[in-house]
Amino acid sequence: MSPAQPINARTRKKTVTKLQELAYELKVAQAMTTEVITVSPDTTMAEFREILRANRISGTPVVEGGKMVGIISIEDLIKALASGEVEAKVGDKMTRNPETLYADEPLIHAVSKFERLGYGRFPVIDRDGNLVGILVQGDIVRALLRQLEIEYHEEEIHRYRASHIFEDILADQITLLFRYHIEGGNFTKAGDASSRLKKTLTRLGIDPRIVRRVAIASYEAEMNIVIYAEEGEITAEVQPGQIRIIAADKGPGIPDIEKAMEPGFSTAPEWVRELGFGAGMGLPNIQNCSDEMKLESTVGVGTRLEILIYLPSATQ
Amino acid sequence: MKLRKVLEIIEGKLITKNVDLDMEVQMGCGADLMSDVLAFTHEGTLLMSGLTNPQVVRTAEMAGIKAIVFVRGKVPPPETIALAEEKGIPLLASKYTMFETCGRLYKAGLPSCGLFETSLRRWEEFFEKQEQPK
Repeated sequence: MSPAQPINARTRKKTVTKLQELAYELKVAQAMTTEVITVSPDTTMAEFREILRANRISGTPVVEGGKMVGIISIEDLIKALASGEVEAKVGDKMTRNPETLYADEPLIHAVSKFERLGYGRFPVIDRDGNLVGILVQGDIVRALLRQLEIEYHEEEIHRYRASHIFEDILADQITLLFRYHIEGGNFTKAGDASSRLKKTLTRLGIDPRIVRRVAIASYEAEMNIVIYAEEGEITAEVQPGQIRIIAADKGPGIPDIEKAMEPGFSTAPEWVRELGFGAGMGLPNIQNCSDEMKLESTVGVGTRLEILIYLPSATQ
Repeated sequence: MKLRKVLEIIEGKLITKNVDLDMEVQMGCGADLMSDVLAFTHEGTLLMSGLTNPQVVRTAEMAGIKAIVFVRGKVPPPETIALAEEKGIPLLASKYTMFETCGRLYKAGLPSCGLFETSLRRWEEFFEKQEQPK
């Protein structure tokens, strides 16, 4: 095994995760073919062969009186040809009660059904049982690619909007600075600063996925200040290419930073845990959301956390 | 899955006013630890929680959680409801346990948030390192 292998595996996993995410967002209806070619149970296998050939498909649902009664595929045709039954009726050779997908199911269900059952196609029905489309594996790939392209375009627009403000303002270097004061121990207000920061960044037209990462990191940092310190400040510096968040407080400080970074390590008192925090996941969460992170602390004086999140920028 | 369907499946009730029952949630997450909610969800998630303080709504806002279901018959205090109404995050109630509430929704087709890079990394570090053949 080459030493580069774990890195490749990691990159692959990341891509898979992104595609998985899309497969959760997309519905079967967004991927399926709606113009379904169907046959009736009275169609002969010879006619069915012609239909497959003419439409370059490999199977169709079988419909009788507007209701789907089965599914027939090229494998059934091959079997019929092999036993010389070209004049047999589709109704006698089809698979009855075929496995179906619902149009409003997430596409990920279709992916796992294809994997599990190994079929070539699934008829798609609505919740009333009406046939509304058909899905083959190729449809899934096409839908995912289409969605990736749409998201890519959206991202382009976001980039344009975000960079626009920097283009409109004429200076050699531009930094937008947002400052929020945090009150230690005030749980009613805790999260308010991060909430306002999130709204501000959204209005600037920054990519929602980046905004989400900033909001999560800033919120965890804000909770740390509220839990441990007397008071603090969160500053967000937005520049072309990056967002820098600085969370600084006057508080007890962190005696052992390495220890504090360990997932699961916490010195939070019980009442903080009852609020759903203080499980030692805050700092690791912040690190996961950021591209760079720096933590400095002096016991008895305070703590300063600085994180950088890169912005995909047209100028860089 | 529409909120209307969620309510039906968990035999739940609405807590906040003016809720759009046609709102779609894409996936579900059950957690009482807010840091886990921040780390292991995506935009469009339905959160199941036994925690009812306003921080749950704040967490939902930061993580892009669409709606929250309080399990085990828990009813949130007025300040939680007020914040949720201000932020436009619907609050729902279920009398069932966390396990059953999540189980009912999963069975009805609401998917989970999937696998996460951080989980996989920890998994690999602990399990796969040991199994690696020499």
